[in-house]
Amino acid sequence: MTQPTVGPRPSVFKRIMPQLVILAVALALNVAVFPEFFHIDFRNGRLFGNLIDVLNRGAPVALLCIGMTLVIATKGIDLSVGAVMAIAGAVAAATVVDGHSWGTALLAALLAGGLCGLWNGFLVAVLRIQPIVATLVLMVAGRGIAQLVTEGKILTFDNAGLINLGAGTIAGVPTPILIWLALGALVTFGVRRTALGMLIEAIGINERSSRLAGINSRVLLVCVYLVSGLCAALAGVIVAADIKGADANNAGLWLELDAILAVVIGGNSLLGGRFSIVASLLGALIIQSINSVILLSGLPPEFNLVIKALLILGILVIQSPRIGNYIYMLRASGPQPQPDPLVRQRPEKEAAQ
Amino acid sequence: MTFKTTLLASAIAIGPVAAFAADMTIGFSQIGSESGWRAAETTVTKQEAEKRGIDLKFADAQQKQENQIKAIRSFIAQGVDGILVAPVVATGWDEVLEEAADAEIPVVLLDRTIDADESLYLTAVTSDLVHEGRVAGEWLVNEMNGADCRIVELQGTTGSSPAIDRKNGFEQGIAGHGNLEIVRSQTGDFTRAQGKVVMESFLKAEGGENICALYAHNDDMAVGAIQAIKEAGLKPGEDIKIVAIDAVPDAHKAIAAGEMNATIELTPNMAGPALDALEAYLASGAMPAKWIQTESKLFTSADDNEAIFNMKKDLGY
Repeated sequence: MTQPTVGPRPSVFKRIMPQLVILAVALALNVAVFPEFFHIDFRNGRLFGNLIDVLNRGAPVALLCIGMTLVIATKGIDLSVGAVMAIAGAVAAATVVDGHSWGTALLAALLAGGLCGLWNGFLVAVLRIQPIVATLVLMVAGRGIAQLVTEGKILTFDNAGLINLGAGTIAGVPTPILIWLALGALVTFGVRRTALGMLIEAIGINERSSRLAGINSRVLLVCVYLVSGLCAALAGVIVAADIKGADANNAGLWLELDAILAVVIGGNSLLGGRFSIVASLLGALIIQSINSVILLSGLPPEFNLVIKALLILGILVIQSPRIGNYIYMLRASGPQPQPDPLVRQRPEKEAAQ
Repeated sequence: MTFKTTLLASAIAIGPVAAFAADMTIGFSQIGSESGWRAAETTVTKQEAEKRGIDLKFADAQQKQENQIKAIRSFIAQGVDGILVAPVVATGWDEVLEEAADAEIPVVLLDRTIDADESLYLTAVTSDLVHEGRVAGEWLVNEMNGADCRIVELQGTTGSSPAIDRKNGFEQGIAGHGNLEIVRSQTGDFTRAQGKVVMESFLKAEGGENICALYAHNDDMAVGAIQAIKEAGLKPGEDIKIVAIDAVPDAHKAIAAGEMNATIELTPNMAGPALDALEAYLASGAMPAKWIQTESKLFTSADDNEAIFNMKKDLGY
């Protein structure tokens, strides 16, 4: 039996195991500071509970990290997503304020996000500017563009359809949760049930060889930035709809960093190559669970960033290759119930790679 | 639209002196468009100047001190009668203020103070952030009238001076009233989105029915929190009393709708007292006090919030 070196992983479960464990620990921390954390009831026509909040408040970062995972898999990075959120929110708000329907507003916002993504893709794939610099342009300029759209104020609206995208519910479940779950499933399906995922990984591992092998890397690169822009636009619409207003100064501020962090916590390498969107989404939930611990702990806000930094440092240390090696060595030196040569050989081969 | 007028205004300010027929020419160096309040301050300053027949030369610094210094130098070169500055940072003003002093042009600081010798400027017109918090606290003391009240607090950006001062002021306001207790206090970063998120966690951690009042360091956070309270199935303004600071138009709208109880105004009219002081000084040499405190007016449902909203909504907030 030969094992494929790229393409679908033999076991998705094994891949996301570390993230599931960390998420469980983060949720346990929540229970430790607030015993009723898992309590969910039905109030005012919607599910009401801390767990729902984690899923709901994690939506923007979850949406961003879907696109970000693909971009990072190509060895790129997209710093502009926070600013694109602000632009998309502003465009959506301006469209409904102008009297159009929420559908038009959503389309306009997606169009704006798509254009931003194409711009980034053009800079990276065609002009060959390094991704971190190329997307920095829009990160800095984007918020200015958003302010031009909102004319420097918080543009409020009361279009029920648009508000539903951020603050509404479908069958009691807050809409943002359904949106990020659906988009996550759609994109995962799209890249894993086709060769797309493998082609994206190939670009990230070695772009030149992938091109020599016949992959149209330029088009694919533009496409991943386009997807990232669209994800950011959706996140921006949700954030604006949630507060019934487009806040160009603050919408999505620093969220690009949270999105990158989610991808990293998801065990994806910033050097590109293999990726797992599911793991990134778990990373986003881990970050939101940590935010939830901080809010529920009742500690003074001066501690917020320190606690977050310490927890994330802990997560990254546990995930580091060196510590991973130690854990493996510890396991290997322990008593083995059934000395099976086949089981032993495989990890050794992996460690040697 | 705003951008164009800003460009135009800066072009006028930096361009050569045109002989205007106005009695008095005042230069105004504004920080830039960092918030709705700042936009309103610019609008009100222009209105106040127009009301007095003053020719106002406006310069937008785009959040950069070097632009402000350039603008002040150009005002000096144009020989204006006085200069208004909303300083973007606290330090680094000595040299340019000395140049203004040498040219005998009085400078008035708006909204923020600076670390420089007091003799370098005529006066500073600012609000008292601690006082604002105290007014909010005292309002709640009167409102509760001895009844027990568990308060949650939405702080501004951690470490910022408005957050520190408004927190201290509120604590002073409720000091000595054992019936009032702040049970949770967390930062909402002065934004609607964070205000809503943090209020959601307050409602769960304490239980909505156990919270009697919310004190937010600005109106934006309160507006976000109102939505969170509604989504939790409670009535903001009734089940949970809400007091915040700034008096932005949306706060008046919320009070008019009965969803908020009180707001304390951070007036955008810093220019009115500043121009009064300048006019008096130029006319008779009357030295104003080094600090002019603006009024921190309390607005409640007793005011005609609908009318105030309509008046304020076009100021650029």
